[in-house]
Amino acid sequence: MTDTIVVISAGVGTPSSSLLLGEQLGKATQRVLAACKPVEVVSIELRTLATDLAHQLTTHVPSAALTEAYGTVGRAVGVIVVSPVFNASYSGLFKMFFDLMDEGVMAGRPVLLAATGGSARHSLVIATAMLPLFHYLKAAVTPTGVFAATADWGDSAGQLRSRIESAGREFAQLVAEHPGAPAHDEFGGDIDFADLLRGA
Amino acid sequence: MQFGIFTVGDITPDPITGVTPTEHERIKAAVAIATKAEEVGLDVFAHGEHHNPPFHPSSPTTLLGYIAAKTERIMLSTATTLITTNDPVKIAEDYSVLQHLADGRVDLMLGRGNTGPVYPWFGKDIRDGISLAVENYALLRRLWREPVVDWEGRFRTPLQGFTLAPQPLDGVPPFVWHGSIRSPEIAEQAAFYGDGFFHNNIFWPQTHTRQMVNLYRRRWEHYGHGPADTAIVGLGGQFFMRRNSQDAVNEFRPYFDVAPVYGHGPSLEEFMAQTPLTVGSPQQVIERTLGFRNVVGDYQRQLFLIDHAGLPLKTVLEQLDLLGEILPELRKGFAEGRPAQVPEAPTHESLVAVAQAEQALAESRPVAVDDVTGRSPYASVEAGETA
Repeated sequence: MTDTIVVISAGVGTPSSSLLLGEQLGKATQRVLAACKPVEVVSIELRTLATDLAHQLTTHVPSAALTEAYGTVGRAVGVIVVSPVFNASYSGLFKMFFDLMDEGVMAGRPVLLAATGGSARHSLVIATAMLPLFHYLKAAVTPTGVFAATADWGDSAGQLRSRIESAGREFAQLVAEHPGAPAHDEFGGDIDFADLLRGA
Repeated sequence: MQFGIFTVGDITPDPITGVTPTEHERIKAAVAIATKAEEVGLDVFAHGEHHNPPFHPSSPTTLLGYIAAKTERIMLSTATTLITTNDPVKIAEDYSVLQHLADGRVDLMLGRGNTGPVYPWFGKDIRDGISLAVENYALLRRLWREPVVDWEGRFRTPLQGFTLAPQPLDGVPPFVWHGSIRSPEIAEQAAFYGDGFFHNNIFWPQTHTRQMVNLYRRRWEHYGHGPADTAIVGLGGQFFMRRNSQDAVNEFRPYFDVAPVYGHGPSLEEFMAQTPLTVGSPQQVIERTLGFRNVVGDYQRQLFLIDHAGLPLKTVLEQLDLLGEILPELRKGFAEGRPAQVPEAPTHESLVAVAQAEQALAESRPVAVDDVTGRSPYASVEAGETA
């Protein structure tokens, strides 16, 4: 089975600049990895899961689509996460997806942080909001994140393009060296009851 | 195959009338529902345990003891007995007495309870939930099986020379089910002891129920209790029936929409698609319920939740009448194609028969031991039998 890199986008528009940024980062990573480790890139648009997430949060009833999305993340060798900036942070929708994820799924998994916003004045959101979240989740975060402001998309100097390429190379290297492992299957039957009895 | 109902004992306003039943009314309703369950031919009535409003059943054996006196045939069980916050000594005592009063018509389903603030009221901490369930049950088993117990553990004061009074009826403890929605440790515990495993099932997609039951079955086999399909499985379920399916949907929707736990969430249609809830005609309930076999394999006990979310007693009793009507179809359907080796759920009578057979076998053997090894000459044979 081909390894998968997942783009998780919390963009709410259609089309969405967050999704666009995530997909471009995915392609840049894929191009670098093509030589040594072919990967496929799949996208999860959180806007399509917004109602499912709200139901899961308040009623604990997981939808099939949400279960599938978490399964995809748990099998991914790397995860690119993109959020629009809302009031100096990632959006609530973005946070909700990670709040409802099983514990440990992001641990050790390579992550590339990216965000979009109206102007470059929001760009520190990656360092001040996203980094602490993924540090808490024990993800293996790529040092370089990518922020795209509205003006970046029309920049003829190609600066955003080169930032995407550069972050893609860095992320690809991390994925190649330390690919994310499949999330632990709790129902795999590897608990020994004798350990539980001993209070282990 | 056993069929029955289980109730959590919630006190919820009826969203149609706005009237909240009193605690007294709900407690008396539980008795009416249990006696009706026997009348329509059900096999099991199981009652929850809670120690906080809006629930009433803080003293399950008081309630079940009263119901035992009002019924003759139906098996009384729990859904669930809190193995975490109750002292295992008190559980052993209470359920021994109940077992005597009910002439053996008793078993238990153990659960942990998921309300954090309740634990400290009983001197416990919810973060120890699994450890409490493991240690307390290990002690409970010994209290019911050993004449004198010396014991020391993490969670209660030590016992020196403790003898349970009264001893279980006929020397045979009640059968135990372990209930858990998604803790693999509890499926493991049930498998380890060769006890039953019950999946609440009602809030969960079938895939979740299946992976827990499959884990339990695999581990049942691993621990040497027999092939995986001989494990003892129970499932929850939920329905609302009327002769005409659209009437059922129209009548139940206002209750569903504001129900505790899942109200204000998915639509009735989404919830029916994602979980075992069936709102419709008797035929639809029969077909959906028979389909549970395809999810978990042939199983032993099916309990339905029918009296929550503020449904009036009159409606609940009507649901029981309808359940009684489809019961022959359900029994027939589950019997069809059921492999001969799939056992029935243990009852007091079947457990007594097993105990007597074991006793007879033991008495038929010489008591002498090998004078060199000090072991029974049958030890190696027994080890071979259970390997």
